Amino acid sequence: MRRRIIDWLDHRTGIETAVRNFLFEEIPASSGWHQVFGSVAVFLFLVQAFTGILLAFNYAPTPGEAYNSVKYIVSELTGGRMIRGLHHWGASLMIVVVVLHMAQVFLYGAYKKPREATWMAGVALLLLTLAYGLTGYLLPWDNRAYWGTVVATQIAGKVPVLGPYLQRLLGDGAASVGVVTFARFYALHVLLLPPATTFLIALHIYLVRKHGVMPLPGDEAPKKKFYPEQVFRDTIAIFFTFAVLFTLAVSARVPLDRLADPTDTSYIPRPDWYFLFLFQLLKFFEGPLEVVGSVVLPGLAVLALILAPFLDRGVVRRVRERTLALGVLALAAIGWGGLTAAAVVTTPKTSEVDVTVSAGADDWQQLSPEELAGVGYYRKENCAACHAGGKVGPDLTRGIRKSAAWMIEHFKRPQQMMPGSSMPPLQLSDPQLNALAAFLLKLNQRTAGVLESAPQFAVEGAMLYQGQKCGVCHQVNGIGVKLGPPLNGVGQRRTRDWIEEHFRDPQKLSPGSVMPPYRFNSRDMDRITSYLLGLPPR
Amino acid sequence: MSVGEIFQPRPTRRALYVSIIYGLWSLITAALAIPAGIYLLFPPRTKKAPEWLVAGDVSHLRIKEPEEMVFRRTRVDGWKITSEKSTAWVVKLSEQTLVAFAPQCTHLGCAYHWDERQKNFLCPCHNSSFSVEGAVL
Repeated sequence: MRRRIIDWLDHRTGIETAVRNFLFEEIPASSGWHQVFGSVAVFLFLVQAFTGILLAFNYAPTPGEAYNSVKYIVSELTGGRMIRGLHHWGASLMIVVVVLHMAQVFLYGAYKKPREATWMAGVALLLLTLAYGLTGYLLPWDNRAYWGTVVATQIAGKVPVLGPYLQRLLGDGAASVGVVTFARFYALHVLLLPPATTFLIALHIYLVRKHGVMPLPGDEAPKKKFYPEQVFRDTIAIFFTFAVLFTLAVSARVPLDRLADPTDTSYIPRPDWYFLFLFQLLKFFEGPLEVVGSVVLPGLAVLALILAPFLDRGVVRRVRERTLALGVLALAAIGWGGLTAAAVVTTPKTSEVDVTVSAGADDWQQLSPEELAGVGYYRKENCAACHAGGKVGPDLTRGIRKSAAWMIEHFKRPQQMMPGSSMPPLQLSDPQLNALAAFLLKLNQRTAGVLESAPQFAVEGAMLYQGQKCGVCHQVNGIGVKLGPPLNGVGQRRTRDWIEEHFRDPQKLSPGSVMPPYRFNSRDMDRITSYLLGLPPR
Repeated sequence: MSVGEIFQPRPTRRALYVSIIYGLWSLITAALAIPAGIYLLFPPRTKKAPEWLVAGDVSHLRIKEPEEMVFRRTRVDGWKITSEKSTAWVVKLSEQTLVAFAPQCTHLGCAYHWDERQKNFLCPCHNSSFSVEGAVL
């Protein structure tokens, strides 16, 4: 029955014949373990395509939203961290395997006549693999992605003559990485590169088949079939690679930084590890020579790779006799390894978030009235909806390395200060925004408890205190002006009734006082009086 | 002639190769397919239960006269938290009982409305109708 179905299908589509032709291709008897890398590279490409499509199911390709959706994938979706891990580490492994594949072909001289075109298609595939790395790096839109891409587009801009055009193509016309660059990178990564890669892989395999696998020199033995022995070797190699990939995806954390922040001057941009050598190379060339490191040397290297079959025109020899090729490869490995190591060593350790803790600041009584009022505006604007739990906005308790002026500008126009931010503008007056910024500057993991624990009467009292500008004449916790009496410990000196009466008619209780009368409604009166009574003595 | 019959230099070693090829590829496929299935099919880990919302003032409602109330609610939609307009049909069934009906027909989710003449909820899509208590008619 099964036979009949297969026969029917084969008669209509030729599928079995095709599979058979593919599997039973004749290969030299000397084929072996050194030729498994190409298959592994194709396998990794398929894994990347598969995991990439899965990620795209839950990914929003615009700045800001991109970050939130990646966060959603890794924190909300079961298995999301795993899929992202496979895609992330798969990219790194792919570079490793493609380079190993090239090194093997290079060492064995397998690019020699008539296989030059196969080699050149391979070089193009290497460049495509690197292009995936470059464009994919931006897509999580975190700080790492943003700054890495800023450097990359700046390098593109330094190419002689073509630089400005390249930069414009990358959407970086206004010399800043933003929505346009993001869209271009995304389109390259998911729309242009995959079909280009698929086409080149097909061409590459077609050429390999056309010329046949290269035998080792002196291999006169009768040919064997690709299946099952070589397929077995390929499978073992693929399985080994996959086991490494799977282990990395399960155990190694894939970094997701804070949301991209173009104003973060403290960030140390670094590209992914396989671009570190280029990054380091740039440091050796300064001023007008910079173009040597950014364009000339990499360009020459690519040119040398493409032309390798024409530079090395001798007859095919045993690997051990190819001293020059071995030397070139060793030099390349040492150069690459040295540059990468130097880049790793010179990368400053990212300092832990600077958590400046004022003594005992985990208590609302220690906050200035303005800061405590800030807690009120934090609650009123429902900031916690996005900033607590870290689901949408950044976790503010990790310390904010921003000036108050920056924050206030950000409160008013979030999108201008943080492109792609999904934060709505706050509808608060300038003094209220000041209070919020003052509190946020104090906010860290030690003081975060105040957000929950500060009693609402005190917070509202502080908001009234701030709104009525009491600090122009009074001091609380050492902050304010000492024109009138400092208010700490007022509860030990006065009763609630006295304070309330004093608000209504100051001169009645303190003859000669310059304090104006305050006509609070009963609720506000209760709030501000309770707040003042709660102030500890100093 | 099947794959196995074509080429048999050393049948036992060949059989070993073939079984290892099939075995390892099955493992790889499973290791990719299972996480992918979990990723696509498991619901997101939501942290909060839906909150109570104020739909509107019900003091003016008359018994068994439904009113469509419009309110805003915060909805967690994937990676976004959106504030959106939402409605509910609120009915006072007696002085003690108040019911709020979701505004979608239970058949295929169309928006239904209250028909003043028939004193029924009517759905324009497939003529479904519901009593004022929400029972399917």
